[in-house]
Amino acid sequence: MKLARDTWLTFQYEVGQLVHNPVSIAITLLQPLTYLAFFTPFLKSVMGVSTYSDAYQVYVPSLFCAMGLFSGMYAGFALLAAMRKGVITRFRVTPLSRVGLLLGRELMTVVLIGFQALVVTVAALVLGLRVPVANLLFALVLLSMMVLLGVSISYALALFVPNENTLVNLVNGVAQPLALLAGVLIPLSVAPLWVRDVALWNPFAWGANGMRAIFLGHIGTQVVWQASLILTGLAVVAVVLSSRLFSREIA
Amino acid sequence: MIEARGLRKSYRTRRGRKVTSVEAVRGVDFAVQRGEIFGFLGPNGAGKTTTLRMLATLIRPDGGDATIAGVDLRHAPAQVRQRIGFVAQTSGTYDQSNARRDLVHQARMCGVSKSTAKSLAEAAIVAFQLEGFADRRIGTYSGGQRRRLDVALGVIHSPQVIFLDEPTAGLDPPSRARMWQEVRRLRDEGMTIFLTTHYLDEADALCDRISIIDVGLIVAEGTPSDLKREISGDVVVVDLAAPDTAGAPEPATMLEASKILAEQPCVYSCEAIDHTLRLYVDSGATAMPQIIRALSNKGIEPGAIETRRPSLDDVFLAKTGRTLAD
Repeated sequence: MKLARDTWLTFQYEVGQLVHNPVSIAITLLQPLTYLAFFTPFLKSVMGVSTYSDAYQVYVPSLFCAMGLFSGMYAGFALLAAMRKGVITRFRVTPLSRVGLLLGRELMTVVLIGFQALVVTVAALVLGLRVPVANLLFALVLLSMMVLLGVSISYALALFVPNENTLVNLVNGVAQPLALLAGVLIPLSVAPLWVRDVALWNPFAWGANGMRAIFLGHIGTQVVWQASLILTGLAVVAVVLSSRLFSREIA
Repeated sequence: MIEARGLRKSYRTRRGRKVTSVEAVRGVDFAVQRGEIFGFLGPNGAGKTTTLRMLATLIRPDGGDATIAGVDLRHAPAQVRQRIGFVAQTSGTYDQSNARRDLVHQARMCGVSKSTAKSLAEAAIVAFQLEGFADRRIGTYSGGQRRRLDVALGVIHSPQVIFLDEPTAGLDPPSRARMWQEVRRLRDEGMTIFLTTHYLDEADALCDRISIIDVGLIVAEGTPSDLKREISGDVVVVDLAAPDTAGAPEPATMLEASKILAEQPCVYSCEAIDHTLRLYVDSGATAMPQIIRALSNKGIEPGAIETRRPSLDDVFLAKTGRTLAD
């Protein structure tokens, strides 16, 4: 009960900080929208699909994955900045639940990226994407799991590095290979077999495949429930482990 | 209200492959009474902030224990948090937020309902005179305004004990004077205040009692006036820099002068600090002519000479052999 209240309280406060800074939200939208506008035509010619509608059907789910992975992984910087500002310290000398403090922040990131995904979808719909509402909602849930996984990894890294510079290298070092092996930039179908075997160990690759199937309308297929299961399971484990770490490192 | 017994904390630092242990706090004992302003005075790196962070449940002590407002620090840190407020040296607010929003949220974190939080925030805005800028971005506040908000946040739930880490560091004189007023007001409202400072005048003017801490150990404790009284008599400060050249004296001259003066029967002890000599004497008025005579007999002309009452810096010097100004 107290955990739920404290999580909600932190969530509300952090979302409030975002809402009062529309400029910062606009900036986070810049990258996905430019990719949507410029990368899709490029993909369309490379993949040899006939219509833009088809191209968006393939690329929007990839973009969701990239947003989940990168925005999630970069959440550690905000945590580090809040720690440097002394905000986290101030919160810690109150009876606020430590897990609630972390969870509230993580959920704020989930909502922020969910909002970005919606904006991207609306833009893609205008440009020719067609997707049923139920499928889109399902995709957003899957995206949330990816974000939770990414944020938890990022927070865990942030707790162990001394400064932002090290974190940049560390996050890039983890996120770039994960993105490559999830086929969000270059489709894994053109990769050699052994690379695809390695990608089997990448949860974000499962997410990307599941996400594409959802956008293609194959919501009941094996890859969708496998992806949901793997990502939900890992997200729960990652959230629990990162909160444990958080409570231990800065109890 | 606060009782600490043998608190210890050491940090491991890694330089290359070598791991060394730095003892930040090496066993401190002290007791703070209800309703007093208690100060920890010491130079940077003396262990003040580490002690404060231990008491505020932010770091675990390696050894020793403490009781705060009747609660054991080691066994019930969560209950300690309900009874204390804490204001860190670094501000602890987002630039893009504003005072009102942060005050409401802070009160909510302490467990009160939304409506209570709103009225507590309003009361704090009035009490700390934040009305003029409570709804403005914190990034636009002056140093003094920001610091007042920090303290307002720390005491919004009316804790029994408030910890202030260097409450006036970096503030201009008017803002400092104002902060002192606020701190006294909190004490008059019944709060117990534990603060750290490296300012002599702050310890002297604001604190009811102080502990002087150096390299992780308490070297003296008492009221500022009692501590100064321990240094009996007056202090005579002899500046050996030549008045016309403003240059530093020859090291040999310094050495000779301090040797001669230490031999004078009226001088208890003599400490050399930069190009001045600090002499501890019974009475400055009678010692000064003797000091001048002794110096001119050896052909040494002091640039300036003055006599004054002992300060907390003299206490620190007497206890540690160094001055706080270093």
